Amino acid sequence: MGLISNGTTIFDNGAVSSSLTGGLVLVSSATASSSASIEFTLGSYNIYKFFYINVHPGTESKFQFNLSTDSGSNYNVTKTTTSWRTFFNEAGNDTGLSYADNDLSQGTGPQVLSASNSVGADNDQACCGHLTIYNAASTTFSKHFQAETQFSHLSDYAVRDFVAGYANTTSALTNIQFTFASGNIDAGKILMFGIN
Amino acid sequence: MAVISNGTTLIDNGALDAAVSTGALTLISTSTASSSSSVSITSGISSSYDTYIFEFTNIHPATNNVNFLFNMSTDSGSNYNVSKVTTAMYSYNAEGGTGFELGHNNGLTLSNGTGNQTLLGSLGSDADQSVSGYLVMYEPSSTTMVKHFQFRLNYHNQADYTQEYWVSGYGNTTSAVNAVTFSMSSGNIDSGTIKLYGVAN
Repeated sequence: MGLISNGTTIFDNGAVSSSLTGGLVLVSSATASSSASIEFTLGSYNIYKFFYINVHPGTESKFQFNLSTDSGSNYNVTKTTTSWRTFFNEAGNDTGLSYADNDLSQGTGPQVLSASNSVGADNDQACCGHLTIYNAASTTFSKHFQAETQFSHLSDYAVRDFVAGYANTTSALTNIQFTFASGNIDAGKILMFGIN
Repeated sequence: MAVISNGTTLIDNGALDAAVSTGALTLISTSTASSSSSVSITSGISSSYDTYIFEFTNIHPATNNVNFLFNMSTDSGSNYNVSKVTTAMYSYNAEGGTGFELGHNNGLTLSNGTGNQTLLGSLGSDADQSVSGYLVMYEPSSTTMVKHFQFRLNYHNQADYTQEYWVSGYGNTTSAVNAVTFSMSSGNIDSGTIKLYGVAN
């Protein structure tokens, strides 16, 4: 049974119309458990927003992501990116703002999200943040993305890292993969939202 | 009366069924300042959501040239004194085109300080001056991890600058954070709203 009011479908086929459920839709979530990687399949939303929550490494390592245009067979999309960071340590004697040396110039390897440094692996240390990808399905434009990551550096720093850039391809992005540069994702959650 | 569509219950007993998707961003509370010495949010921060977003709209100080402050509590607001490790970056440009800068403000950083975190300085109190922006807080109810947070606030500096501050860091505690407070370094928060949203898990 459906309900149509003044020409607008309110619900049909067992579901409320997507136009009434808000602009931000939880598409998928994944919880790590000693996982080598976490991967998501992208679809037709105009914007994808990922929240990564207390992603904890098995060993001290850099948190990173890569993209695929062939349904996850290969994560090797060409990327040009820029990155900067701001930091302060618990000892109170080292602080700053600087360009981070984890940018890419047409690189196909993973893009580091945790500046050029490793996320600490102490029990209370982790990595949090959000990544936005625009128009991933476009076959006309390069694919812009922006990320803000806050993490506990292995040497007890609070570090906030900004990464932005574009996947330099006119092929549609089909998948995204999150990993640590070495070791597993011991714990944590990554949520994928769609926005139209 | 219940509404059942294609075998799926959508509405029953005066409420949408829990399985019905209502969007991924849930408004938990709206706090409106009105000559308030502080705005404290002492409910709604719990294990219900992993991620919380606070949206600040036109937070207007009663007193000119003040700092906007933040702290957290692990005892439902009895004490706002969570140890914090933070970093603070800013960018500004003057209305008159006389100055611009990108920098890090060492004076705002905390290394396990328990006092208020200054989020920005020199906020103007002219009728059209205020601060707006957001805070993202991650898993405040965790009893394992430190509590990461990210602010991004744009404001009208009393010297007629647009200025943005990115303050971020972590509450260096494994106790659950369950309340936050916002205030000015001097005088009241004259007006403005703070909306608290939970992001679907």
